[in-house]
Amino acid sequence: MSKTVWLIPFFPLLGTLLNALFGRWIGRHAHWIAVPALGCSFLLSCAVFLKVWRGETFTGDLFPWIQAGAFTTAVTALVDPLSAVMLVAVTGVGFLIHLYSVGYMHGDSGYARYFAYLNLFVFSMVMLVLAGNFLVLYVFWEAVGLCSYLLIGFWYTRRSAADAGKKAFIVNRVGDTGFALGVMYLWVALGTLDYGAVFSRVGALSPATATVIALLLFLGACGKSAQLPLHVWLPDAMEGPTPVSALIHAATMVTAGVYMVARSHALFERSGVALDVVAWVGGITALFAATIGLAQTDIKRVLAYSTISQLGYMFVGVGVGAYAAGIFHLITHAFFKALLFLGAGSVIHALGGEQDLRKMGGLAPRMIPTTVTFLVGAAGLAGLPPFAGFFSKDEILASAYHRDQFWLWGLLLVGAFLTAVYIFRVVFLAFFGGPRMSKQIAQHVHESPLVMTFPLGALALLTAVAGVVGIPSAQGTAFARFLSPVLPLAEETGGHGALSAYALLILSVIVAVAGVLLAWLLYSSRPLSAEAIGRPRTWLHALVFNKYYVDELYGVLFVRPLLRIAGFCASAFDLGFVDGIVNGVGRLVVGWAGSMRRLQTGYVMNYALATLLGAVAIVGFFLSR
Amino acid sequence: MDAALLPLAPLVVVAGTTVVLILLDLLPPRTSKVHLGVVALVGIVATLVSALFLWGRAGRAFSGVVVLDNFALFFDVVICYAVALVLLLSLDYLRRNGMERGEYYILVLFATLGMLLMAHAADLIVIFLALELMSLSLYVLAGFFQARLTAAESAMKYFLLGAFATGFFVYGIALIYGAAGTTALDRVGAALGSATRDPLLLIGLGLLLVGFGFKISSVPFHMWAPDVYEGAPTSVAALIATGSKAAGFAGLLRVLLSTFRGAQPDWTALLWVLAVLTMTVGNVVAIAQSNLKRMLAYSSIAHVGYMLVGVVAGGPLGAGGVLFYLLVYSFATAGAFGVILLLERGRQEAVNQDDYGGLAARHPVLALTLALFLLSLIGMPPTAGFAGKFYLFGAAVRSGYIWLAVIAVLNSAVAAYYYLRVIVYMYMRDQEGVPTEPAPSFAGRLALGIALWGVFQLGLMPAPVLDLAQAAVAPLLR
Repeated sequence: MSKTVWLIPFFPLLGTLLNALFGRWIGRHAHWIAVPALGCSFLLSCAVFLKVWRGETFTGDLFPWIQAGAFTTAVTALVDPLSAVMLVAVTGVGFLIHLYSVGYMHGDSGYARYFAYLNLFVFSMVMLVLAGNFLVLYVFWEAVGLCSYLLIGFWYTRRSAADAGKKAFIVNRVGDTGFALGVMYLWVALGTLDYGAVFSRVGALSPATATVIALLLFLGACGKSAQLPLHVWLPDAMEGPTPVSALIHAATMVTAGVYMVARSHALFERSGVALDVVAWVGGITALFAATIGLAQTDIKRVLAYSTISQLGYMFVGVGVGAYAAGIFHLITHAFFKALLFLGAGSVIHALGGEQDLRKMGGLAPRMIPTTVTFLVGAAGLAGLPPFAGFFSKDEILASAYHRDQFWLWGLLLVGAFLTAVYIFRVVFLAFFGGPRMSKQIAQHVHESPLVMTFPLGALALLTAVAGVVGIPSAQGTAFARFLSPVLPLAEETGGHGALSAYALLILSVIVAVAGVLLAWLLYSSRPLSAEAIGRPRTWLHALVFNKYYVDELYGVLFVRPLLRIAGFCASAFDLGFVDGIVNGVGRLVVGWAGSMRRLQTGYVMNYALATLLGAVAIVGFFLSR
Repeated sequence: MDAALLPLAPLVVVAGTTVVLILLDLLPPRTSKVHLGVVALVGIVATLVSALFLWGRAGRAFSGVVVLDNFALFFDVVICYAVALVLLLSLDYLRRNGMERGEYYILVLFATLGMLLMAHAADLIVIFLALELMSLSLYVLAGFFQARLTAAESAMKYFLLGAFATGFFVYGIALIYGAAGTTALDRVGAALGSATRDPLLLIGLGLLLVGFGFKISSVPFHMWAPDVYEGAPTSVAALIATGSKAAGFAGLLRVLLSTFRGAQPDWTALLWVLAVLTMTVGNVVAIAQSNLKRMLAYSSIAHVGYMLVGVVAGGPLGAGGVLFYLLVYSFATAGAFGVILLLERGRQEAVNQDDYGGLAARHPVLALTLALFLLSLIGMPPTAGFAGKFYLFGAAVRSGYIWLAVIAVLNSAVAAYYYLRVIVYMYMRDQEGVPTEPAPSFAGRLALGIALWGVFQLGLMPAPVLDLAQAAVAPLLR
């Protein structure tokens, strides 16, 4: 198994190297390297998954990495049910996105570079999932951040894209700093970074220490998974090519935080407080982002806030101790969110780059495969049975309810209603009603090529059927049972709620359907003009439309003061003081050089005199001893 | 070949080649003398091969006044590399300057013979002989472009000051002979051991140091170097900066480490001061130069200072470090002179830093090559200069000369300024006026390629050559 495991990251890495080094010659054939590389990874992941299914696990070192005194660490891989599930999801969804990119990025001048980055992204994520200790996890945690920077700013000649890449990187740095501190503190406290050793010795930590470490790690998760207050980078990440958005939102990057918390659940449980923080941050983010999603007019922005909101659900899942439910939602979300993004990409492609919902409408008859698959994705997100999202979301809601977290449950229920509203708002505005785009664009609307619609179909199928493994039973879901060696099965600790499991289920369905109906009432029951959509009419609407002014707030609180301090350091301190010292020393030496140079008169007798004086000095020196 | 002469194979090969050259020069054609250069090159390569072939052998000849050991052989290799590079660079250079004469190659080989003999000498008289053979040839070579005023000045100054310094040298030999009753190095060493602190011997050593100090251009005997380098043909400047300096160090090291080991505390204190003076003066005055040949002259003085640090440190680490550094320094310096030699601006050699403005844009490969040689002279990893400085200064620290190492490192930082300035001109300034163009010379490019290979070979894998260098000084320290 060891060789198979290491080959999974090897293929994307190879693809990266080939496309990065020889991209100039490979050019528009880059996908012939990148796509098969990921295909191989996916097949190998499936093979590994089957072995894990049969009960095997694997831990192994690739090579000893750092040996410095007492500190030794190796590049270690850990394959257990949790990482096996993640591997299949990452490489599978990643593969479909790669395939889709062949059509979407066709003819781009940076084609080879694009695929090199894309491969690198998947490689980093695979290594992050495979990592067997916190240091390797940290390295690839950062690598994923780097790849997101490279891909968000892929069209770097566009100012907004370059800015968005920077923003993603800087905001992530805030979280990553916490993560790095957490890893360091962990080493100081326990003397090891190996998962197995850390989780078995976690009892030796005092709850306070565990809380600090867990919260520092969670700060990193907030950055990567775009939770309050570090969510601001994700909506701007839309500046990257749409398949990249799909990759970031579904398979890689944002899921890292949830995965990390689930992986280190022993640490968070030891703290207790940290778990509550995780759950509440998740719950508040879920509702917060859902309200913003209601008012956005850019199709990709709606989806971006939807991702933030859904990640909030996942954090509630792992925060209340229903780890398997959180991971299950992560997987189903990967399917339907990738589907929605790729569907949106197909729409944008058809409209020649138009992302504004106000200029869409009536696309359904012209783009039947895209419409059908997008509907499936929307149903999955809204939580309509029998799609996968229904099972996974309902399980999180039920877990919160059964643990007596009624407030959280309430937040999520409202969030679920809003989710159904905003996603079907997109559906009605984009695909139904009358066309609102210009005539010229309307004439050119066309369905995307097969290489793009095939991934849509595959993801739609997965969204439709993946719920099967999440059907609840007396022993928990099949999915949770599979993960039970790593993630403990949810135990019912509360049980003070009056509603039974079935009542909750029915309530979820009612809420979702109500949301869809409201969306229909508002956006499809009567014809709308482009101007009427998304124009703030009340202060509440304006607040939500402007994303609660968080970006502006950060601008005033952090960005502008920092810029002013940096400006002072650069102009006054660095130029005046530091450079002053350096230049002063330099001028001193140059002056010295100028005067010493005058000794070099060019007259032979002076030279000879110097020789004579030297000789006298040397002889005198020897005589004096 | 006589079996007794076998240990002297490198010397015999060079001497034989020289004789062949003298005969060839008499034969037609009279207009082109490239074939003489090629024959000389073949002879030098054969010498190099014979030196490598003899590695590990030991022996003596001519009643013990000429010695064969690894120390001498290592210097044979350094000198042969330097001379081979100079010959390659000279082939087209002479023709371009309209001075294609057979004497040039003959004189270069005579100088080479003197350098090699210096490395092999085991007697003060032979050292003197070698010194004179080398110096006289170089005096003529320095003024080889006889039509130029600067060439005459260069040769004249070199000759006058050289003769002056040689006077001290001979006087030193005479005093040593008076005190020890012999000129054979090993017997002088024995006499030093028995007669405790005979002042006559020490004064003799002091006068020898003046002569050696002149040859290696250590402060305060360095003043000729910039003027001579500037006026001499660039290829000859390269030869003086590399080969003749290596020969000077060969004699100096053998005399100090082997013969005068008994007086080590005395000369160590003196060389400490000389090292500091030499590198500081070299580096500081180099800053004020705008002529690249003069700058390289001061730079070569500074590098002598670094190598003196290794001599002070002593032991296999220090002395081995000096040998290693000589090789490193020769590759980079010959390479830098080589690039200058290839570049012309309006029929004139491009020696001013203004001539290098915007060179990188028009001739990226050549500019990069020069930049790499300069970076090696700075001591930037992964070039050889870094490894060389690392071992030298490391040896000083190991031997407890912390302050010397600190001063040397500070000096290296000062040196970065004037080397980097050339790189700044090449990469960040724009060309003004007539563009600087390289001469189309295959041999010159080959020489640069070899030097570049050396800079990286010794930078990336220094350990094997360093081991050889340390093995080479072992017989002296026994």
